[in-house]
Amino acid sequence: MSGPSALRKKRHSRLPALAQAGPVSVWMILFVTLPLLFIIYISFMTRGTFGGVVYEFSSASYETLLDATYFKVILKSFQVAVLTTVTCLLVGYPFAYYIARKPADVAARLIMLLMIPMWTSSLMRLNAWMLLFQTNGPVNNALMALGLVHSPVKFIYTDGLVLLGLITNFLPFAVLPMYSSIEKLQGNLLEASADLGARPAVTFFKVTLPLTFPGIFSAIILTFIPALGTYTITDMLGGGKVLYIGNIIKNQFGTIRNWPLGAALSVLLLLITALLIFIYSRFAKIEDMEVL
Amino acid sequence: MSKSIVSLRHVDKWYGKNHVVKDMNLEIEEGEFLTLLGPSGCGKTTTLRMIAGFEDASSGTIEVQGERVEEKEPYQRDVNTVFQNYSLFPHMTVFENVAYGPTIRGIRKAEIQSKVSEMLALVQMSGYEKRKPEALSGGQKQRVAIARALINNPRVLLLDEPLGALDLKLRKQMQIELKRLQKKLGITFVYVTHDQEEAMTMSDRIAVMRDGVILQMDSPMEMYDHPKSRFVADFLGESNILFGTITAAEGRRLTIHTPDGDVLATGQGFGVGEEICVSIRSEYLNVSKTPVEGFSVKARVKDFIYVGTVIKTNLDLPCGQEIKLSRFEHDASLHEGDEVYIHWDAEKAVAIHDDGAAEVRL
Repeated sequence: MSGPSALRKKRHSRLPALAQAGPVSVWMILFVTLPLLFIIYISFMTRGTFGGVVYEFSSASYETLLDATYFKVILKSFQVAVLTTVTCLLVGYPFAYYIARKPADVAARLIMLLMIPMWTSSLMRLNAWMLLFQTNGPVNNALMALGLVHSPVKFIYTDGLVLLGLITNFLPFAVLPMYSSIEKLQGNLLEASADLGARPAVTFFKVTLPLTFPGIFSAIILTFIPALGTYTITDMLGGGKVLYIGNIIKNQFGTIRNWPLGAALSVLLLLITALLIFIYSRFAKIEDMEVL
Repeated sequence: MSKSIVSLRHVDKWYGKNHVVKDMNLEIEEGEFLTLLGPSGCGKTTTLRMIAGFEDASSGTIEVQGERVEEKEPYQRDVNTVFQNYSLFPHMTVFENVAYGPTIRGIRKAEIQSKVSEMLALVQMSGYEKRKPEALSGGQKQRVAIARALINNPRVLLLDEPLGALDLKLRKQMQIELKRLQKKLGITFVYVTHDQEEAMTMSDRIAVMRDGVILQMDSPMEMYDHPKSRFVADFLGESNILFGTITAAEGRRLTIHTPDGDVLATGQGFGVGEEICVSIRSEYLNVSKTPVEGFSVKARVKDFIYVGTVIKTNLDLPCGQEIKLSRFEHDASLHEGDEVYIHWDAEKAVAIHDDGAAEVRL
């Protein structure tokens, strides 16, 4: 075939692909890429005296992040997010494994049970936690009745309750991708491992864990990032007393009106996400990742 | 003869209300190539999986090398398995796959290196060490799977339809290679397949199974020439089965009256008046323009089919049953529509009790 006609053919065949990817691309560019670029842009601008954004370059926002007060908050948010993620993985993995080894209809029902709380408004759920754990709420009453404590325990507005709220909120997001990975794991690979002389624990670490890694990693991303950025849970259960990154970002864009600083904090979260995905790509293929 | 290396005694397997393996007694001899042959659902794979330890027997005893293994987990049993779908670990290279067994046994690295090289050379896969299974063809994957199973030096290798996913030509080549490998290593192969040709090619002994029961266990030749049941006659090779009543019995020579006339057959322990089946292989069937002594069944030549090496002639009996004749060369004197008499060497026709088996073809 001669050059030009081959070229024409190639150009021609691009149309269907464009038709498929086009609308999504336009949507993503308009509503994801451009806003993100704008956030990055603002983060390098100056805060106006009355809270507006003055379009003059400044790295002041990023310098503020290194300030001890902010750094502490960032560090604390990190700790809480890590703790949430680790707990979700430790609790979620066995649970996901259990579901994945059940027949399809039972598995579907169990997943359903897991999802039901997700269908209620998160505000309702958080309020329910508050009611449960308040000074003369059911939990305290039960503890007193059982004689385990003599005076009501202060649960609400503590780090502990925030952590509990985060874990229960993000557990489904950890379970689902891991379930999907474990469910794909072929039973005969486990049989092959046992056949070759591996005890169940060895099989788990040499076969099961590496092969379900994409699911585990998706679970990490789907719990760690939102846990790091959340503000409703920390606001309500923490009573605004304990500050986390999410709360600060919200305040910068809201009451405090320091958009550049809020944007800089957002960029920080973005970088962390990108870093995590980069780390993942070093170990496994991106297309294997279980994304909801 | 040599002692048995695997014995199953009164083994039953139930899946809920399904009785999949029924009172199985099986003695597998050291160093033999035994094939469990049967249609799908006959319990052959379940039997293999019980020996490997992936399934528990509902009752009965299983011994491997004289040791009871029913209570042992698969990783405690000295048998290894080659799976139908290869079951290579996708996250490991060919080297890591083959090295899996010795690695978890904690064998020294240098030793593992040399053992893996040896095994890969054995299955002609040297040079593929760094490849991932996804970059191998079906045949190559199966070679690696065989190397991985053999590296543990099992005395018994279990193979569950290992060639099922390969194309015909490669399958035939692998059959010969597997047979040679088994002879060279001198270990016992227990092979599961539904392909009778494969079973005939490779086995020292074949156990034909149906509905959880071993119908017959014999050498391929014995099984082919002397099927003990209609099912076996029908399952192995191409047989013509005629039904009739015994009208005369002189020693082993039987005269059978079929709806279309008389035929001769050979069989022991049959009496006059008994209703039986006669099985005659398509290659032993003869036709003639004139009646042959002892035979009075006429047939009409229906058509000829050329199947590469042989020519198959289909004939219609008056009752409507179709019978087949196969020859290496075309008989020029035969034409479509010809009326002929069918006959055969009475020694080649086997009388069998009618076990009522439905025709099974795969």
